[in-house]
Amino acid sequence: MANILEIKNLHATVHGKEILKGVDLVLPAGEVHAIMGPNGSGKSTLSYVLAGRDGYEVTQGEIIYKGNDLLAMEADERARAGIFLAFQYPVEIPGVANSVFLKAAVNAGRRARKEPELDAMDFLKRSRALLKDLKMDEKFLNRPVNVGFSGGEKKRNEIFHMAMMEPSLAILDETDSGLDIDALRIVAEGVNAQRAPDRSMLGITHYQRLLNYIVPDRIHVLADGRVVRSGGKELALELEREGYAGIAGDKSAA
Amino acid sequence: MNTSNPLAEDRKKNDDATIRAVTEGEYKFGFITDMDEDRAPKGLSPDIVRFISAKKEEPGWMLEWRLAAYEKWLAMADHEPAWARVKFPPIDYQDLYYYSAPKSKADAPKSLDEVDPELLATYDKLGIPLREREVLAGVAVDAVFDSISVATTYKAKLGELGIIFCSMSEAVREHPDLVRKYLGSVVPAADNFYACLNSAVFSDGSFVYIPEGVRCPMELSTYFRINAAQTGQFERTLIIADKGAYVSYLEGCTAPMRDENQLHAAVVELVALEDAEIKYSTVQNWYPGDKDGKGGIYNFVTKRGACRGRNAKISWTQVETGSAITWKYPSVLLEAEGSVGEFYSVAVTNNRQQADTGTKMFHLAPNTRSTIISKGISAGRSQNTYRGLVRVAPKAANARNYTQCDSLLIGDACGGHTTPYIEVRNRTARVEHEATASKISDDQLFYCRARGLGTEDAVSLIVNGFCKEVMQKLPMEFAVEAQKLLGVSLEGSVG
Repeated sequence: MANILEIKNLHATVHGKEILKGVDLVLPAGEVHAIMGPNGSGKSTLSYVLAGRDGYEVTQGEIIYKGNDLLAMEADERARAGIFLAFQYPVEIPGVANSVFLKAAVNAGRRARKEPELDAMDFLKRSRALLKDLKMDEKFLNRPVNVGFSGGEKKRNEIFHMAMMEPSLAILDETDSGLDIDALRIVAEGVNAQRAPDRSMLGITHYQRLLNYIVPDRIHVLADGRVVRSGGKELALELEREGYAGIAGDKSAA
Repeated sequence: MNTSNPLAEDRKKNDDATIRAVTEGEYKFGFITDMDEDRAPKGLSPDIVRFISAKKEEPGWMLEWRLAAYEKWLAMADHEPAWARVKFPPIDYQDLYYYSAPKSKADAPKSLDEVDPELLATYDKLGIPLREREVLAGVAVDAVFDSISVATTYKAKLGELGIIFCSMSEAVREHPDLVRKYLGSVVPAADNFYACLNSAVFSDGSFVYIPEGVRCPMELSTYFRINAAQTGQFERTLIIADKGAYVSYLEGCTAPMRDENQLHAAVVELVALEDAEIKYSTVQNWYPGDKDGKGGIYNFVTKRGACRGRNAKISWTQVETGSAITWKYPSVLLEAEGSVGEFYSVAVTNNRQQADTGTKMFHLAPNTRSTIISKGISAGRSQNTYRGLVRVAPKAANARNYTQCDSLLIGDACGGHTTPYIEVRNRTARVEHEATASKISDDQLFYCRARGLGTEDAVSLIVNGFCKEVMQKLPMEFAVEAQKLLGVSLEGSVG
């Protein structure tokens, strides 16, 4: 299978306002692509549309995921089919232990994909190893999901979830926001450790800095609801120098 | 080319529908046992009271007690409580049966062989093993079917420890001194309209006495069931823990589907002497009425415990998911120094259920403590009210209370209300009250779904997390049943 994801002429509205105005993007298997762009360009909207969030309406275009029509699938179906969204603002769920939540999620996906489910022992073993790599205390298993976690801990928890769920497509929504250098490095290492030939990632970010640690195969610049420029990792440095205006200014009508 | 997006609309409709389905569980325990019943004619009069007392072969003093209560009830005719946040059509008290008992081959079954086989089948359906050999994890069961106790398990074993665990009817006959000493001492007949009615016509219930220094080795339990239409269910339970004694008591209810409303006006009295502890846990799953609010049980219960000796402790834990209307305030009188009262509650209302429930903690002596944790979950078009009283008397130096009331609303047609009363008459008291009201947020639901959990599973997960503090207080075997019960009442047809 060549491409994990193909987005064709995607138009989407949020609260009646059109945010995505014809996005085209191809994500081959095994690659990591970055999506950059100024505020309001539609980066988060794109991630929510891919995840299937209510309130985000696709008005035109198609999304093919592993050869299937993604728009025909519900949000939870998509997740069980191997799509993972690392939230920009992870949500708290009081009273529900991180381990309980995650085990339910992991096994829901495995069941749907007809893979063997993890029992408590397997789950614990895998969790421990991953938490160690992410420099997270085991206590994070018993704490209620994200409750009282610091910003950095929340982001690392998202990567922990991702590693346990083993997605085919991981969408990282501004995973670097709110992280200091050390936390950034740990998160990046966690993400890089997940790279695989049958796994692709879309990293959404404002700043070039993350891309020093998670080096992308390709960068797409989103501006005003469209991909205005695509290029290799050097594009990030160009953006640093020219700013978004410089890049978007280059582009005339699609 | 414009692609319209019916899918998004459908998704929203489906989500709404799923949330509704999740909260509108089909009542799983609905069935009716078809049996001949021994019934008194409808209506209430001194003759009916005499009939009940005669049927139970009660001594004269018990009949007099009932008749005195009946007179008081007549005088209270205009004092049916109307201050709760519940609405229901007026009850015609002359249009109810006040006594019904299942026919059996002998008047008093001496062994289970003599019990009506249909009755036993009923208990099977309810999952109650009534045979002494088949004890469910060591729990003794006193099964009450309508107005008569059928069997009491483990009587012999408990007897060796001096523990009395029998029906109220039996206790009145066999242990009159104990009954006379304590009956009505915590909930006097004239306490309120429903307790007064109960005092006149109470049918049966449990009687427990734990002697000094004895720790009851197993959880004691009672199952209730209303069978006949329009039969008032008037249970009376009395539990006494003598000095240094300990008992954990479980009350669990199921009832069949019925069209007519059924009145349940029980009275439970607990007495804990010095250094004694009583844990009373309830999981209640009575028929809640249908989607349109038709039918369902009226649960108007008076439950109260008295800590009569130093350092006595009484805790009430309840998971209430059934009944069309709930009016219920398990309370504790902290009469002695150092005594402790606790109230842990999960109350779920759905469709058109109405609940006005809470607790009253009376701090009447020095150094008393109380803890109240109430979790109300409303869904559908229901109304769920917490009503609590914390009263600190002038003599109650260093009283401590901590109250936490949390409401969770599911959907936007339901109501969650909190009505706390705090009356403090001693300067050294410390009373804390926290309250939260929340909805299951779209963000939370999306987060769960984005991890692959369906909406039903997500709601169940979030609700169980919300109730965790209370569920943890339940004895183990009840906790499992309670979680399942929450699931049933909030997960549609999937358990």
